[in-house]
Amino acid sequence: MADLKIKINQLEFKNPVLTASGTFGYGLEFDDFFDVNLLGGILVKATTNAKREGNPYPRMAETASGMLNAVGLQNKGVDYFVNEIYPLIKGYQTNVIANVSGSTIEDYIVVAEKMNELENIPAIELNISCPNVKQGGMAFGTSCASAQEVTKAIRKVYSKTLIVKLSPNVTNIAEIAKAVESEGADSVSLINTLLGMAINAETRKPILSTVTGGLSGPAIKPIALRMVWQVSKAVNIPIIGLGGIMNATDAIEFFLAGATAIQIGTANFIDPTVSLKVVNGINEYLDRHKFASINDIIGKLEVKN
Amino acid sequence: MKKYIIDFKVLENKKLNDQNTILVLQSDEKLPEILAGQFVEVLVEDSPSTFLRRPFSVHNVDFHENTLSLFIKIAGIGSKKLTNIEVGENLNLIFPLGNGFSIPNEGSALLIGGGCGIGPLLFLAKCLMENNVEPHIILGGRSKEDIFEVHEYSKYGTVHITTDDGSLGEKGFVTKHTIIDDPDIKFDIIYTCGPEIMMKAVAKMAKSKGIECEVSLENTMACGIGACLCCVTETIDGNKCVCTEGPVFNINDLKWQI
Repeated sequence: MADLKIKINQLEFKNPVLTASGTFGYGLEFDDFFDVNLLGGILVKATTNAKREGNPYPRMAETASGMLNAVGLQNKGVDYFVNEIYPLIKGYQTNVIANVSGSTIEDYIVVAEKMNELENIPAIELNISCPNVKQGGMAFGTSCASAQEVTKAIRKVYSKTLIVKLSPNVTNIAEIAKAVESEGADSVSLINTLLGMAINAETRKPILSTVTGGLSGPAIKPIALRMVWQVSKAVNIPIIGLGGIMNATDAIEFFLAGATAIQIGTANFIDPTVSLKVVNGINEYLDRHKFASINDIIGKLEVKN
Repeated sequence: MKKYIIDFKVLENKKLNDQNTILVLQSDEKLPEILAGQFVEVLVEDSPSTFLRRPFSVHNVDFHENTLSLFIKIAGIGSKKLTNIEVGENLNLIFPLGNGFSIPNEGSALLIGGGCGIGPLLFLAKCLMENNVEPHIILGGRSKEDIFEVHEYSKYGTVHITTDDGSLGEKGFVTKHTIIDDPDIKFDIIYTCGPEIMMKAVAKMAKSKGIECEVSLENTMACGIGACLCCVTETIDGNKCVCTEGPVFNINDLKWQI
C-alpha cells in the first residue's frame, strides 16, 4: 500500500482523488453507491450569492467521447447552502470544498466571506471559468487582469485554502495561472469545460437552448493534459488536474504531467463509483511500479532533451 | 429509496417490429422495491458514439423471478444497439430512479399511452390492480401497427384502443375515446405518458373535467441521479430535475399552457 497523502497549501488530503464541481452534487447523491469519505475530497456544486434558476432546457448534448452542458450554475444561493445544505454535509470525513461563482466581484466576495465562516469547509474553488453564464463566470478567467482582480479581492476576505479554477478558453493558460499565483492563490485547478456547440442538422437548430455550452469528457483529455503540463512549468503552487479522466491510468497521466491532485467529473455520470476505483487503481499502479508515495510521480514525465 | 448498480442478464429480446423491442432482464440478486413510473439508466458500451447511459422507464417487474422489462423504441445509436442485444449478454443498470406514480387505495383510474409512452403503463396497471384500483387503459397510435401488447395490458385492466386512421379500435385521438365520457365510470385519476403534444391534450381534458392528472416526462439526461442538473423542466416552484423530482409530475405543478 503506497502513501497516497498529498498536501495543498497546509491542507492534507488522504488521497489525491477529488470529484469535480457540478458532477457530484453535494456528495449526498452518491451515498447509496459507496462511502464518499474514502475520497480525498468533494468539490460541491457551484454556489452563487443569489439563487439562480440556470438556463432553459435543453441543457445537454451527447457528443463523441464527451458531452456539452449548459446548466448555467443552477443553485439556491449561498444562504440556502449555509442553512440547509451545510448541516447535511459537514459531517463528511473528507475535504468538502465549495465552488464559488458570481456575476460581479462583490458577489464572489459575499459568497467567499460566508464560506470562510464554515468550519468544515477547509477550502474554496474560485470558479472564474464557467462558460454558461451571460455575466461573470468565464469573463473573469479569460484575461490576466480580471483573473488577478477577482483573486486579489477574494484573498483579502478568505483566509483558508484558495483554489482558482481556470478556463481553457484562453490563448495562454500559463499566464493566467501566474497571474492568480501572484495574487495569493494557493492552487489552481484546470481545466473547466471547453466552449463548444452541437447542431441538429435535420431541424437546422442548435441542440442547446444557449446555442453554445461546455464540452467535457475524454474528448478534452489531451488538451487538459497539455495545459497541466504548461502550467506546471510556469507556477510553483500545486495544480489540480481535471478533464476527461475516466480511470486510474488517465489520472496517472495527469500526475506525470505535473498535477498534485486530480478531479473526476463527467465519468461520475456513467459510473457513480468510478472515483473510488481510481483511488484503488492509483494505489495498484504505485505498488506495481514500486513507488512508495504518490509524490514520487508528480511531474515525473520523462521527456527527451 | 436506495439506488443500486447491478448487472442483469438478457433473458428475452422480444422484437415487436423494426422500431420497438421489449427486453426482459434478470438479476441474480433479489430485486429491491421498485415503484410504477420509476426508471433505470442503462450502460450502452459503444464509445465514442454513445457515451452516457440511456434512461428507460420500467415496463414491468416480476419480483418472484427477479426480472425487469424495458420497452425500447429506437431513437438513436444507443437504443438501436440495445434492440440488437443478444439473449445471455449482460446489461448494467442503475435503478430504481425517480419518484413514480401515486397510487390511490380505491376507485378507477384512466391510463393513456401513445407510442413508446405505453412503456411505464403496464407496471402501473399491475400496481393499481394489486391496490384495488380498477384500471382502464387507452392505447393510442397512428395505425394498428403502432398498437402493441394488448393481451399483456388486458391482464391488468380493460384495454381501449384508438388509431388515427381507424385501422384498430376507435378512430381519432386518445382524448376522444368514448370511455372517457362513459356515464357509468367515474375516474379518480388520469395517468399519461407519450408524445408531449398528446400528454398536453390529455392534461387539458383532465383539467376540464376536474380529474387529478399525472404525466411521466421524458428528458435528455446525463446522470439520472440529480447530480448534473441537465434534465430540468419548468415547474411552479422553478426548475426541477426530471430524474429525481420526476419523471412523474402532477399537471398542476407544471407550467404547461393548457
